[in-house]
This record gives sequence, C-alpha cells and structure tokens, in this order.
Amino acid sequence: MALGAVAAWRPPARRCSVARTVATPVSVDPDAELLARLRSGDEHAFRMLVERYSATMLHVARLHVRDRQAAEEVVQETWLAVIRGLERFEERSTLKTWLFRILTNRAKTRGVSEARSVPFSSVAAADAAGDQPAVDAGRFQGPGDPYPNHWSAAPARWETLPDERLLSQETLRHIADAIERLPTAQRAVIRLRDVEGWDADEVCELLGLTGVNQRVLLHRARSKVRGALERYLGDEVMPV
Amino acid sequence: MSLLHRTPRDLACIELVELVTDYLEGALPARRQRAIEHHLAQCDGCAAYVEQMRETRRMAGALRGEDVPDAAVDALLAAFRAQHANDA
Repeated sequence: MALGAVAAWRPPARRCSVARTVATPVSVDPDAELLARLRSGDEHAFRMLVERYSATMLHVARLHVRDRQAAEEVVQETWLAVIRGLERFEERSTLKTWLFRILTNRAKTRGVSEARSVPFSSVAAADAAGDQPAVDAGRFQGPGDPYPNHWSAAPARWETLPDERLLSQETLRHIADAIERLPTAQRAVIRLRDVEGWDADEVCELLGLTGVNQRVLLHRARSKVRGALERYLGDEVMPV
Repeated sequence: MSLLHRTPRDLACIELVELVTDYLEGALPARRQRAIEHHLAQCDGCAAYVEQMRETRRMAGALRGEDVPDAAVDALLAAFRAQHANDA
C-alpha cells in the first residue's frame, strides 16, 4: 500500500500548522473521484480504498491497542463504520482524514478499555526526548585532530549505485527490518512520512504531535535507517 | 585533500548532520538554511551525507505495505454491497 517512490520525492512539506489544515480546500482531495464512485456503489473503488489504506490503518491502530488482533478488529470495525457513514460524510475534510479519525477514535477508546498501560502520547514524548546523535561520534575528528568535529570517515556516494541495487528486494528488506527495530513513535512517523508519503501536517494531526516533535522523531528514524543502510551497502561504494 | 577548503568553520559537520531533517523539511530560519547550503557547497562529506538521507527517504518510499487477506476484503465488499442496496 506504499504510495511508491514518486510520493517520497515531493518537495519538503511545510511546518505543521493548524492554518494550513484549515486552508486546504477539500477540492484537492486526491480521493474525491473515488468518493463519488463509492457513493454510486462501485465495488472496485471500494476495494481500491481498502487496499490503499488497510496496512497503514493496522499500524496506526496498533499504536493505541494491546495487540495485533485488537488492531485488526479496530480496522474491520472502522471499515464497517465508513461503509455506513459514506452517505452522511460531509466532505469538510478529505476522505483519508475522515477515515483515520474514525480509526483513531475507535482505537483510542479500545485502548482505554483495555487499560493499556502507556498511551501513545507518552510513548512519543519518550521517543523524542534525550540526546541521540544521528551519526556515531567516532566518524568525526577528535579534539587533537587537525579539524575537530569534521568528518574523519566521510560517507559514500550512494547515487553511484544503480537503482537495481538500491531498490532491490534485498535492500528493501534491510530497510523494512531497520524500520521494524525503531522505537514505536519513530517507526510510526517514518512509516507515514517516508513509506506512505503523508505530509507533516497530516502526521501531526493524526498522531497528536507538535511540529517540532514530529521532526525530531522523523530525524531520529531516518538517521537510524540511513545508518543501517550504510552498514549494509558499506563495501560496495567508495567514500567521497 | 585539504579539509580546510572544504569545510567552513562556522558550522561543523557534526552539527550539520543534526540539522539535515530540519533542512530538508524547510523548517530552518533563512540564515541557518543559507549557512547549510554554504557548507554543503564546500564539503563533499556533508553533501554525500545529505544525499544519503534523501536516498533513504526515496528508498523507504519504495516499500510495499502488507496485503489485506482476501477473506477480509470479501467480507467488507459484502457489507459495502448490502449497505448500497439499503441506501438505494
């Protein structure tokens, strides 16, 4: 259900702001055409919607509930609520925003009833707190070197590798594993931003994050995934 | 290979790597943004690093989500069909 490489190449998103959410005209809803088809009972359109969002919904639900099975149930309930609500949906938000609001409300309610010990907001605060260097300090020159705090072992030029290598199944599996190993909130943010191509505002709204924390989580996540890729691709590319 | 010519001293590489995401997000004050661009123009190591972060984003965008089990899709399609028949 990834939106693919194209989505990841969009220009950098602006800072999270309420103003932009309000100002976004619903006419730019990428799902607008899909919505019209859904209302006319087009089953193919409904299948597309389910296939486009279900995997992401499962990840998001999982942030609030105890286990995968509970998350799957929340996703299923959300789809049923969407089916019942399509006629009444007033298009004050995009279809995607509406869908994920229903999902999040249901998942949070379920999380509370499960008395899940740590709410997502606390998890996110912990994952964004403290100091975690993006790059190991050993990669930079020390105080006794000619240029302290500048590279001693410079990174390699990945763009010298062909896409067949960079986007191979094996490389992608390493990326997926690296994302899987991230702390919960960092994983959630990089999945939505980089894998699914959501913009910063959408992620802030969905996960209840400030713009600053969203960027901190994205930064830590990307830095770690980059590090994992560097270790994996290591020998194949020459440093600059 | 003179590092002096390639790495402006006002912003160290070790600091730049912590600003990359804010830089790519366009979230830095204009002055800071310019300082980074100035550094990148002269530092091959940091230029390669920023490119790696861009590539990381692009490669993550090539991942595919998990498929929804057919049985789950079929059940939802049946519910969709029933609701539409009801609404019509």
